[in-house]
Amino acid sequence: MPQRDIGLILMRQLASELAVPLLLADEHGDLLYFNEPAELMLGKRFDEVGDLPLEERRRALAFRDQAGQPLPEDQPPLIVALREQRPVHRHVWLRGFDGADRAIEVTAFPLLGGGGHLIGGVAMFWHAPEDHS
Amino acid sequence: MRVCLWGTRGSIASAGPETVRYGGNTACVEVEARDGTIVILDAGTGIRRVGNTFHDPRRLDILLTHLHMDHIQGLGFFAPLFMPGFEVHVWGPPSTTQDLRLRLTRYLSPPLFPVRLRDVDARLELHDVPRGTFHVGGLEVCAEMIIHPGQTIGYRLCDGESTVAYLCDHEPALGSGGLPGDPEWTSGYDLAADADMLIHDAQYTDAEYATRVGWGHSRVADAVALAKMSRARRLVTFHHDPGHDDDQLDEMVADARRLAPPGLEVIAGREGATFRL
Repeated sequence: MPQRDIGLILMRQLASELAVPLLLADEHGDLLYFNEPAELMLGKRFDEVGDLPLEERRRALAFRDQAGQPLPEDQPPLIVALREQRPVHRHVWLRGFDGADRAIEVTAFPLLGGGGHLIGGVAMFWHAPEDHS
Repeated sequence: MRVCLWGTRGSIASAGPETVRYGGNTACVEVEARDGTIVILDAGTGIRRVGNTFHDPRRLDILLTHLHMDHIQGLGFFAPLFMPGFEVHVWGPPSTTQDLRLRLTRYLSPPLFPVRLRDVDARLELHDVPRGTFHVGGLEVCAEMIIHPGQTIGYRLCDGESTVAYLCDHEPALGSGGLPGDPEWTSGYDLAADADMLIHDAQYTDAEYATRVGWGHSRVADAVALAKMSRARRLVTFHHDPGHDDDQLDEMVADARRLAPPGLEVIAGREGATFRL
């Protein structure tokens, strides 16, 4: 496996030191890492999950909107952030690796490397009140 | 491939009787490929002397790792810049906000320097280093970002027979959660992998590093760990602290040799040393 971009290496290291739940993906959306606080939101330890290609992640994690309708494959916040290279914030329901549903807020943003090229993206999670109305 | 060290000191030039053996000039390394292509890594104060070795017009390429002063301070004293007929290409880290010329001229223009870049006699071309691999004459150059404050590039040069990796200002321990770690998540691993020679930052002792984490430099033990992990055959310690005298550098390289696995040769970077790979 080739060495990751330095921006991803530093982001992963930063995430590992923070109490904010963070998930790191590469430019294709493949899951690279999530930190310990994110494990509580995603329902599994990272060591049990490991790197996960986007297709497998789509099968393992299910997003629904506030009304309970499944989000289209191209609408989860991190996917939008990577595709459109802009920050995205959204309230969603997430069915985690453990099958439990959790109401969360997600802020996702793209990571652009030194030359301005896309190297990956980050999703930050917060527990959200279940009634968003 | 010929590799010559013209400046091995970090941070600030430190000439004096206490540094006479390892030298006091800041970062500059000359690499000559087997086809005669010459690349100069960094333009610290050591570049003044290498500049004096060129007399006949030719192309010269200077690869800057980053734009901290100890890596560009000698550029204005590089004689070929003022010799008509020479073609000098300067390569530096890319930026999304300012081009290389603008960033270099913060220093290389009045009032900090009397001559403007546009007034040099050589044909001067400035380039953003492209991502990945590119060629300079007979050298394949691989450039990747490495961990150091600001945009900093590590280089890997190969002439088809030999490979030298140059990671002069580098703190891989900062990103890996400790060395040795997983190569996939270790800054500089790809550049150093299986290199015949790894020229690497080894500025600090363990005790010094404890109070300087995040400054962008390595302790000797981490330089050895990266060399070992990447299976480099020879480690040249570099970016010596300006506060370390020759005797301290002797002790640090002795420590490095104690840590090195069999098959890894450890050499303290000494100004004037020439290697044939």
